[in-house]
Amino acid sequence: MNSLSVLLSFLVALLLSSLPLPDIAIIYRPEWLMLVLIYWCMAFPDRIGIFTGWLLGLVLDVMYGSLLGQNAMALAIVAYLVNLFHLRVRVFPLWQQSFIVLLMGIINLTLNAWVRGITGEFSISWSYWMPALTSALIWPLVYIVLRDMRRQRVSSRDL
Amino acid sequence: MRELLRRLGGATPATVRVIVMIALSIAMMLIDHRSQQLEKLRNILQTAVYPIMFVSTIPRDLIQGITGSMERSENLQSDKEALRQENLLLRSRLKKMHSLEADNRRLKRLLGQSEQIAERVLLAELVEVNLEPYTQKISLNKGSRDDVYVGQPVINGDGVIGQVVHTSQFQSTVTLLTDPGSAVPVMVMRNGLRGVLFGTGVRNRLAMPYLTADADIRTGDLLISSGMGGRFPTGYPVATVTEVKQEPSDEFLTINTLPVTQLDHGREVLLIWPEIVGDRKEEVLPEAFDE
Repeated sequence: MNSLSVLLSFLVALLLSSLPLPDIAIIYRPEWLMLVLIYWCMAFPDRIGIFTGWLLGLVLDVMYGSLLGQNAMALAIVAYLVNLFHLRVRVFPLWQQSFIVLLMGIINLTLNAWVRGITGEFSISWSYWMPALTSALIWPLVYIVLRDMRRQRVSSRDL
Repeated sequence: MRELLRRLGGATPATVRVIVMIALSIAMMLIDHRSQQLEKLRNILQTAVYPIMFVSTIPRDLIQGITGSMERSENLQSDKEALRQENLLLRSRLKKMHSLEADNRRLKRLLGQSEQIAERVLLAELVEVNLEPYTQKISLNKGSRDDVYVGQPVINGDGVIGQVVHTSQFQSTVTLLTDPGSAVPVMVMRNGLRGVLFGTGVRNRLAMPYLTADADIRTGDLLISSGMGGRFPTGYPVATVTEVKQEPSDEFLTINTLPVTQLDHGREVLLIWPEIVGDRKEEVLPEAFDE
């Protein structure tokens, strides 16, 4: 496993998640961290999984100022599900994988919405689900970039 | 152990792991929601992720730096003139304020009330890292290193903005008035009628529930912080009443108000350290007020 690529990609995903955007763009922001997590969960299911997801979620909670454990729980569950089905999902064509990503995005957002609904007033609108859609749309790009990154590292080591 | 668990419920280790993590998360959320005990952990973690937060603001700062410097050379002269005039005006008003303040203090002492003077203020800048969407929070570039504390009031030139909810070494998070979790004790400036203003989650709308139909409040009333609860100092403008409605089915009034400050505008805010000076320590005198 090339831990440097993994670490680097998670860092970039965290950066993209906290990048200041204009208000109009913010509702379209893909769930970057979840996308990268899904990829590595499929690529190295024996190393990257529930605990990694949980830890990254905790970092996100700290960055967003949300309840500690909110994103941590959601991402741990996403990582668990991806780990569970990685053999099947890995051989899907990209557009079908996008559907899985959409599903995961919705699960992630739902878990977050539940926690926020329980702990405080939280009114939901259609645009709340937009990140799941944009995540699914951008998935092929994320997949290709991360795959190339992984292969390059592997091949340079082999040489 | 694993073997035992597997035999017990037919569960695979991964399933056990995820259940443990979920339980841990729920426990953390409960503690975090109910008490301040995890504030220390959050403080440490927030300080650790500060580099990421810092790097993520670089592009915006660059863009603003460039547009800002272009703007600057154009309007510098007129801006300076306008500011000079405003400064003159404010200074003359401040002179009057000082004498009024001294009067006020003397009268309050006669009445035996505790008084609030000697407020320390600190200018903080918004680190416009977008926090969780659909919550009304901002983060500031001052943290516990600058003595920022949880519960500290945050204001700007017009009035109250919100209060600090988390701090780390270099940054702090502020809940705006409009956040669903925010509540500020206020009173009507006209007659001293007390109430509490709650955030609604909707921009530019605050609700003031639990006032009965006979309460003397009307559209246009200014609500100022009442100082109840001891967090916000007395007398800062918070909101103006925009609507007072009596639903036939409801024994309470429906009151909507508009914050006096544009909560989503402006880059600079003030952190204040209110100090309640009671009768016991009257030595603290206006010198400290110069800020």
